[in-house]
Amino acid sequence: MSIDIRIPTILRPYTKDQKSVQAEGANLGALIADLDASYPGIGERLLENGALRRFINIYINDEDVRFLGSLEAQVKDGDSVTILPAVAGG
Amino acid sequence: MLEISQTFVDAIVAQSRAEYPDECCGVILGPEGSGKAGRLKPMVNSAHSPTFYEFDPKDLLALYREVDDNDEEIVVIYHSHTETEARPSRTDIAYAGEPGAHYVLVSSREEIAPAIEFRSFRIIDGVVTEEEVSITE
Repeated sequence: MSIDIRIPTILRPYTKDQKSVQAEGANLGALIADLDASYPGIGERLLENGALRRFINIYINDEDVRFLGSLEAQVKDGDSVTILPAVAGG
Repeated sequence: MLEISQTFVDAIVAQSRAEYPDECCGVILGPEGSGKAGRLKPMVNSAHSPTFYEFDPKDLLALYREVDDNDEEIVVIYHSHTETEARPSRTDIAYAGEPGAHYVLVSSREEIAPAIEFRSFRIIDGVVTEEEVSITE
């Protein structure tokens, strides 16, 4: 089961400039682990102490994963995952 | 260098005053690969705060979809500082996630509000570089 993941510009150095890549996993945590196995280092940019970083937004289809159980959020064939850096500051 | 129209500068300054004492924010989009500041899109500061701004995560996704659908890019990301000068704060630098964008800051603090404090920066890997702003008619 392969899931399409949209990669933001700032993380494309990890994916050889690919805008979208494929990864496998039944939930978001597994998906990120698989992504990091293919593109080492990218996981650390998404996670901190085992949780999603505050300034990274991840969506499954149109839904913010924070409302779907974060790393526990289920993904299924045909879902698309989008990673976006928060636009925020002080 | 950032080239931007007087109309956009005026609109951003007006937005910063209208939303004072909260910080205001938004983007300017342009055709993909052009680097041209072509279309102003004010955004809601979902933090509604005088010291923080954040695009709502739903608005953020909608924005990137719109940019993709229209073959556009985010040329400028702007926000206001309400009581401090118009340069990136430590938080701004920590959050800056668009290495290709011009980060524009406008200050709406009262003592300088009659004059325009409108500055542009690149923020890449934590390094801030101020750049010239060229205002066109």
